[in-house]
Order: sequence, then C-alpha cells, then structure tokens
Amino acid sequence: MSKAHIIKAIQAVRPDPCPLPVVPDFEAGDRPVREVFGSVAAQSGSRVVRAEDFVGLATAVRTIYHKEIKIATPLRAIQSDIDLQQASPADLNGIDVAVLPAQLGVAENGAVWVTEADCVHRVLPFITQHLVLVLPEDRIVRNMHEAYAQIKIDDTGFGVFIAGPSKTADIEQSLVIGAQGARSLTIILT
Amino acid sequence: MKEHATKAAAFIKDEARTDWHDESLWFVRSRRDKAAHGIPEWEQLRELASQIKDHTLSHLDEYLEAFEAKAIENGVTVHWAADAAAHNRIVHGILQEHNARRIVKSKSMLTEECGLNEYLEAQGIEVVDTDLGERIIQLKEEPPSHIVMPAIHLKKEEVGELFHQKLQTRKGATDPQYLTEAARQHLRQSFLEADAAITGVNFAIAETGGVVVCTNEGNADMGTHLAPLQIHCMGIEKILPKAEHLGVFTRLLARSATGQPSTIFTSHHHKAKDGGAMHIVIVDNGRTTQLGRPDFRNSLKCIRCGACMNTCPIYRRSGGHSYDSTVPGPIGSILTPGIDLKKYSGLPFASTLCGSCSDVCPVKIDIHEQLYKWRQIIAEEGLLPTAKKQSMVMAGKVLSRPGWYKAAGKSARWVTRWLPRPLIYTPLNTWGKARELPEAPKESFQEWYRKNRSAS
Repeated sequence: MSKAHIIKAIQAVRPDPCPLPVVPDFEAGDRPVREVFGSVAAQSGSRVVRAEDFVGLATAVRTIYHKEIKIATPLRAIQSDIDLQQASPADLNGIDVAVLPAQLGVAENGAVWVTEADCVHRVLPFITQHLVLVLPEDRIVRNMHEAYAQIKIDDTGFGVFIAGPSKTADIEQSLVIGAQGARSLTIILT
Repeated sequence: MKEHATKAAAFIKDEARTDWHDESLWFVRSRRDKAAHGIPEWEQLRELASQIKDHTLSHLDEYLEAFEAKAIENGVTVHWAADAAAHNRIVHGILQEHNARRIVKSKSMLTEECGLNEYLEAQGIEVVDTDLGERIIQLKEEPPSHIVMPAIHLKKEEVGELFHQKLQTRKGATDPQYLTEAARQHLRQSFLEADAAITGVNFAIAETGGVVVCTNEGNADMGTHLAPLQIHCMGIEKILPKAEHLGVFTRLLARSATGQPSTIFTSHHHKAKDGGAMHIVIVDNGRTTQLGRPDFRNSLKCIRCGACMNTCPIYRRSGGHSYDSTVPGPIGSILTPGIDLKKYSGLPFASTLCGSCSDVCPVKIDIHEQLYKWRQIIAEEGLLPTAKKQSMVMAGKVLSRPGWYKAAGKSARWVTRWLPRPLIYTPLNTWGKARELPEAPKESFQEWYRKNRSAS
C-alpha cells in the first residue's frame, strides 16, 4: 500500500505543471571529433591506437600487453584463451586482457558505449585485469546528446559508457589507476 | 545534538589539518571550474537541467508510475517504501527470500540515510561497502564526511594504520597506490563470494524503466554482475523523463563533482542478467513533505555531485562530520532540517550566505536563499539557541531606535579604543575569537556628515 500512499502524497502537493525544455543542438567546435576523442581519452588515462598501425588485432593486443597474457574475447579475429560461453566467474577472474567490440565513442569525454551483447558476460569488462575496446573510427560522436540519440539504452538488459581505466582518489585525493575494475583501457580504432 | 559550531570548533583545533582539508577541497573545486569552463554551453546546460527537474517534479507521480510499469515489463520487481524503516524491511525481505547472507554494497547516500547497514548487520547479514572511501570509513566505523569523497577527512597515514590492522598491510605503509591495491585484492574476494549486490541510483528513466549508476572504481558493476541478486535503492526524486535527458545530466555530474569529463563507468541497468534477479526499491522518507514546501522543494533537484561542499568556506574549514547529517555541507543544511527541524536547527546557520554553493550547483538550486529561509522558520518556531535569540532581540531593539543606535555606536567606538584587550576579547566576543576587531573610527558617519555636508 506504500505505493498508493506515496503517489497520493505527491498528488496532494505537486507543483503547478512546468514545461519540459527542448535540448538544443549545441554548436560544434572546430576540431575533428576523432582528434578530440583521442586527446580527451588520453587525459583520462586511456590508450588510443589505430588498428592500421599493427598487423591485425591480435598482434596489436599482444604488442601492447605481453605475449603470454590470457585473452578473453568474442571477436573472431583474435584467438580467445578461454571459452566465454562456458566460463565461470572464477575463470573470468583469471583473465589478463578482455578484447571487446564497442558500439560508439564520445569525443567530449572519451567514453565508449559497450552493451551486454558485446561482452557475453556483463562482468567481463570490469573483472578483467586490462580492457581493450575495438571501436570503428566512424562511430565517434561529438557529445553525450548525440550519443544518447544514437543508442537505445534498453536495447539490451545492460549497457555502459566506459571512459577510462578504473580509478580512485579516495586516499588523500591521490589518483590511483586500477581500483576495482580494469587497470588499463586501450581503445583500438578500426 | 551538539551544535555545528561546537563540532567545528573541535575540528579546527588542529590548524595544519584544517588548512590541509580546506586545500584538498579547494583543489577539487578548481578542477570543477576548469572542466566547466571547457564547455561553452555550460550555463545553458545548468538551466536545462534545472528546468528538466522542475518539469519532472511537477509530474512526479505520473513519471514514477510510468517508470514502474516499464520496469515491471522488463522483469524487474519494484517496491515502494514510505520511510527508512520500510526501506530496510523491504531490502531485508528480498535478501531473505534469496537466502542472501553476504552483501556487497556500492555507494548510496540513500541507504546511508536509512541506516541500512546497521539494520542488516543486526539481522546477522554481512555488508561490505565496496567503494574504497566507503570501505575505509566502514572499517574505521565512522560515517562518511562527504557524499562523493567519503574519506576526504582522513590522512594516508591513518588509512595506512587502519589497513595494517584490518587488512594486514605493512606497518607504516602510506603509499596510496599500495593501499589501494591491498583494498582491491581484499574486495575482489568479497565480490566473488557475494550473494547480493546493493547499489544507489544516480538517475532512473521513466521512458525505459531502467536505472543508471555512476562510479569511477567499477565497484557497483563488479557487485551487480557477479552476485545473482541485484537491488537498486532510489529516492523518488531520481526520475528523469527520457533517455535523452541523460545527455544533459551526465555532462554536468562528473564535471561538477570532481572535474572529470565523465565518471569512468556510467552503467545502465534494465533487466536482470541471465538467471539473476533485479529489484528496485523506490523510497519517499520525507521527500513528499519537502515537495510540499514551495520554498524548499528545489532541494529535491539535487544530483549529489558535492560541488556545493567543495566550494563552501564553512564546509572546507569545519569538515563533514561537524554537520552530523548524512548529507553535510550547504545542500545537507537545507535538506536535513526538512527531515527533523528541531534536531538540525543549527545547520542553516553553518553558512556565511556567500552564495558560492548556488553559483556552482549544476541544477541551479538556490541553496543560500533556502538557508536564509530556514533561518526565518527556525526563529519563528522559537528554535534559536538562547544566546542567538537574545542577541537578535537586542539587535532588533537597537536598530529600531535611532537614539539607542547612536549611543551603542558611540560606546562601541569608545570601548574598542580605550578598554584593555582582555576586557574586549572575552568569551562573549565570538567575533574576536580568531579575528581582530576593526580599528574604530573617531566619529560615526552621521557625525562626519553633520560637520562636513549639512551646512550647505
């Protein structure tokens, strides 16, 4: 009965109707989105590289990290060291690098949109020690308004904007990379 | 309850520490400025955010019902709690139903407000706070002193000693990198073993029935995606009409909070994971009462960024604990009196009314004006402390009688000029506690005017 009680309480006191404003299209800056994305992402501690500078995605990942790493990925271009369909949380906890496809990048904050459909296990982009996101270069938009216009947040049960490696500054405001989630984020632009 | 001023007095006894606290927060405020100035449309965004919230509050019942209907359609179980006790009972009930005994929790000021941890622990349920700052203060058995940086009042030496005792880190270790790594290892175990995860909610979307949770550490995600049961607790004011409005609020939140262009993780939860269960608890706990106060309902627009704390000269120099309220600082000082005016009647006075809080607020809450309005109400209800009441009555008399006013001015000028220091800087002279009184002029303005101008 709490619901009826709360709704009634709101109806008894709610303010006179206010109009819902329209969010305008804000003026674009002069710099190309790709360039802005790269510099903002780098400031947030992400590494942004171009796939074309490497011979294939697998080489890129093994060059950036180490050769002996344990990789988990649903991408066909890279050999996964673990069967993601069968993996238990404990298996996922042992992964060094997860390589996942990403849907969209946002220039103003270096964030990348990843959905449940991309990561097989929702926890994968967080539990992995390091995260690599593969993003088509032409899928970078200017700001969060454009981003929300392009994605459908309820397309899958879970989706996340990831804007860098996991971090904290909870001890004396000292920035520490690698709090509870991935210790590094590499974005490979294709 | 001890007055804010009494607790603040204890805080500022350690001058070096007060300066350090002040500077730490000012540093965050400066970062906020830099981030805000990088967005040409910043002021427009603030205005939009404020208007979207105005609109939403004026249709709150409809949006809450739409949100619930959509969430149910998504397979989510929705609960409604009128107050803190109901909220705690509901959460406990869900946990019992799922036989959950080990809980990981990410930062939620709402569960803090409701005293959920204490309630669950009394029922024999283990609750581990997983945000690093929250874990630190949980281990230290203290409440948070800031809503975004819960352990901002602690020095790394104190965290080092605490972790040495509780997490067996090296004695004397103070390196934040090392200490954070120790917490990471310790918390990872908790995540893997948890039966349920509880989070707060930054935004709830009426259009889609989903909730958005923002963190930098990724702790909320480690919890919700590993545990079979996820519970999201939200106040009724967290609703936004549509997904597109997230564009406005995500642009404002992190920039206002810490000066980052975005929180590292902005997670959108709509359905339970395969084989999992998802519950949302919608809580009133005094919010509808606040909605019914036209002078104070604006406070419900708050998105809990903490910018007003970081900029407040009183907060920075008195620390969050001196407010004795879940949400401290300027916003806490207008929210908390709405819950218990008698207990928190001192908080609206913990301000210089400089207005800096209102200037930085991303949703344009008129914080300092509300502080002033609360003061009127507190005086009308007779809740002023005796000393303040008497001095106000006295001031009222003096200011309304020109003769008294002139005499008072004259004697004040004489007193400050001729009386020896110990007679002036007495405990009654609160202004003079840490400050020098201004040098008194020889004559009043009126005397000067009569001499120099009135002849013409």
